[in-house]
Amino acid sequence: MTTIELLAWSGCPSHEEARERLLVLLGELGRPDVEVRVRWVETDEEAAEVGFVGSPTFRWQGSDLLPPDAAEHVGLTCRVYRRRDGRFSPLPDPEDLRDAVARAVTDRAGP
Amino acid sequence: MAYQIGDTVAPFTLPRAEGGDLTVDPSAAPATVVVFTANHCPYALAWHERVQQVARDYADQGVAVIQINPNNQVTHPNDSTAASARRVADGHFAGPYLRDEPQEVTRTWGAEKTPDVFIVDRSGALVYRGAPDADHDDESQRATYIRQALDDLLAGRPVALSETPPKGCGVKWRTETVTIGS
Repeated sequence: MTTIELLAWSGCPSHEEARERLLVLLGELGRPDVEVRVRWVETDEEAAEVGFVGSPTFRWQGSDLLPPDAAEHVGLTCRVYRRRDGRFSPLPDPEDLRDAVARAVTDRAGP
Repeated sequence: MAYQIGDTVAPFTLPRAEGGDLTVDPSAAPATVVVFTANHCPYALAWHERVQQVARDYADQGVAVIQINPNNQVTHPNDSTAASARRVADGHFAGPYLRDEPQEVTRTWGAEKTPDVFIVDRSGALVYRGAPDADHDDESQRATYIRQALDDLLAGRPVALSETPPKGCGVKWRTETVTIGS
């Protein structure tokens, strides 16, 4: 089974909505077979080990689906995303997430 | 013990991010809004402009809007005093932006999140605590909880909605290092 890893920190309240959005999205893309696995990052040491730039972070085959800026600080924090209209948000723009997930589960994993 | 609705808050003094101290004394304004906020937190950033608009919209009625960054700059360098001063210099704030590096004011007020909003009347009584409005992602909400509390207060009415759950990033507390022995 193919897997999207959702890196989350319990100190940030956005992880549950992130997981729900991802599951809905995979259903819409016709890939309900893709597993969403939550990986909790709860210490600075774990954050450094996995290069965690904030919660939530979406990874596919070890790569960030929405790569952060190179200057992004690693640590326990809520991740800052920008919507397509420029607004700040604790979650990615739905269209950005859709495009990234669609690319991943179709191009990289095959149908 | 953190402040509860109805408690009388004490005046406090904190440094401005860009330098110099500011004493916040509720008796100096008909209403004082104190927002614990942050530079790095997406919730604080999502609500930020709405809070600035409240500061601008209520300025002519004498309302003071004070924003305080309480976060540990060691673990969260984006919340450092220098980073906060840069935001002030860039014109991001419609009122004073203070730093609480010792986190004593933050503990006294009982702030838990960024943003976490407190509103006090001229007597210093805490009349509102919680979120700016119901949805960080909906700009049309316009910080309604803050506006409604201010409108009630300025009209001499009891504040109808005095408490909502704050939503956002947890305050990044300092961890003290204790050395035992010499």
